[in-house]
Amino acid sequence: MIQLCVIIGYLVLLLMLGLSANRFFRGTATDYMLASHSIGPVLLLMSLFGTTMTAFALVGSTGQAYRAGIGVYGELASASGIIHSLCFFVIGLPLWALGRRHGYTTQIQFFRDRLQSDFLGLLLFPILVLLVISYLLVGIVGGGAVVESITADAFKFEDSGWFASNGYGVPSWIASAVICGVVLLYVFFGGMRGTAWANAFQTAVFMVLGLVTFVTIANALGGSDAFLENLKIATQSADPSHLSMEKMPKALFFSFLFIPLSVAMFPHVFQHWLTARSAESFKLPIIMHPVFILIVWAPCVLLGVWASGENSGVPAALAGMGPEKFNKVLPTLVKLHAGDILGGLLSAGILAAIMSSLDSQFLCLGTVFTEDVVRHYGGRERYSDAQVVRLARYFVVGVVVLTYLLSLLLPGSVFTLGLWSFSGFTGLVPLVFAAIYWRRLTAAGAIASVATTVGCWTVLFLRAGGKPYTFPEQPLAIAGLVTIPKMLPVVTIFAASALVLVVVSLLTRPPEQETVDKFFSS
Amino acid sequence: MKPAVWIFVGLLLLLHQDYWQWDNQRLLFGAFPYALMYHMGISLTAALGWLLATRFWWPENLDHSAGSPSESEKS
Repeated sequence: MIQLCVIIGYLVLLLMLGLSANRFFRGTATDYMLASHSIGPVLLLMSLFGTTMTAFALVGSTGQAYRAGIGVYGELASASGIIHSLCFFVIGLPLWALGRRHGYTTQIQFFRDRLQSDFLGLLLFPILVLLVISYLLVGIVGGGAVVESITADAFKFEDSGWFASNGYGVPSWIASAVICGVVLLYVFFGGMRGTAWANAFQTAVFMVLGLVTFVTIANALGGSDAFLENLKIATQSADPSHLSMEKMPKALFFSFLFIPLSVAMFPHVFQHWLTARSAESFKLPIIMHPVFILIVWAPCVLLGVWASGENSGVPAALAGMGPEKFNKVLPTLVKLHAGDILGGLLSAGILAAIMSSLDSQFLCLGTVFTEDVVRHYGGRERYSDAQVVRLARYFVVGVVVLTYLLSLLLPGSVFTLGLWSFSGFTGLVPLVFAAIYWRRLTAAGAIASVATTVGCWTVLFLRAGGKPYTFPEQPLAIAGLVTIPKMLPVVTIFAASALVLVVVSLLTRPPEQETVDKFFSS
Repeated sequence: MKPAVWIFVGLLLLLHQDYWQWDNQRLLFGAFPYALMYHMGISLTAALGWLLATRFWWPENLDHSAGSPSESEKS
């Protein structure tokens, strides 16, 4: 019960912070969606990092380390440290400059203008919305699972039979609804400024509390007074196969390099890029992002490795569960080895990481709807700023309700769910890269590339049937010369999308010189 | 974008594929798996590399080409 109270206290505090941003709201659509381009380097670093870290980074990483060992860090964390910053540098920075010069608020506005194609915008809108919704599900499902695990036994009274089916804790569907409600409220009233503030606060919270979790659990597992000694005991008690990369198929490890590329096409990250006050604001996020990833992921991966040992109590606690058990590794460790108050605080830290992504995604969906549908087709002069902000808010509410309902139907592994969402975004990366750097890119090439991404993604997703999946399904020998190993579907999606984009662009009429000059003149 | 950025990223990605130590279960100081520490080193090297990139390979005139924010936009 104490843990539940701490979690509620944290949510109230967060709500107050997010809502207080409303006092600085200037009443314009630009302020609601982009905080009037006023975000400096520190806030940009914190908000970008908070946005890219989600249930996938905390709950998912610990669960995967529990399953497959330390290789998870190399698989996603060190790869992300290289590739996220690369995306900020080679994609984010030029898009920020173009966005400021031409007044873009969304990716679709950029693509429409760059390729002079209204149809491309129409095609991208539902794709981006659906991919963001699937990403949102990662946070909502993960957040619900965390609260249910942490609050287990909180309602173990007489006549508490209704709670028995959820381990006498808060049912995950109620927890997910509360999380959605809190985030929705501060996004609704605080807009981008509230989101950036809440992100920064939550990033600080989950980084500090993540380290506190690490130290606390190391000490609990070791049981001695010396921290280094406790680390040794905790690590040496783990399943030895988890201490090397041996559980990680090499070709899969390579193919995971493509997953972090997805950040280049996240609509919510695009929106955060555009909030930057100046190009200089990008420097700190580019440099510090790999370090922040290290600070969050390394402890989580070690916690997952420690949990694999019998003396952690986790294997026994999760015995008999299906794939959803990987979502419960971190909360179970916290519950078993931290005190009630600390357990509540640490749970708040996990929720902070989750909610700091949800807010940006909610806001970006409202922005995409109002800018790319309402204002684009209804006429930019037809709606006042107040009307635009109101429409964005209504759309956000609708998306949250829809996503929440979907989360009730999809209780799968957070990790698998996230991979499919990221794979879709990665399939669109050749498009954004070519749009910035390749003058010869044509609208037909772009449309064909997007259609290829959708086609490949859908076919492979259906073949996977909700289970972990590789393509090719078995190693594929070509003429006895080359063997293509089993890899993540993202490699196929990315390669097909890039190939089609280049071939179709070269086969179709080059873009107008005037358009090329507009984007490549300076 | 400066070629140096791509060379730096390419080298990091090559180092990232550390197949030579796939079965290495050695622990540093008896507490830290060697391969994990190696990849944490990659993260820190990436940060150092990006520090150099922002100092020496930063695109010029970005703020100028983007145009400056209007007074009403400044906080």
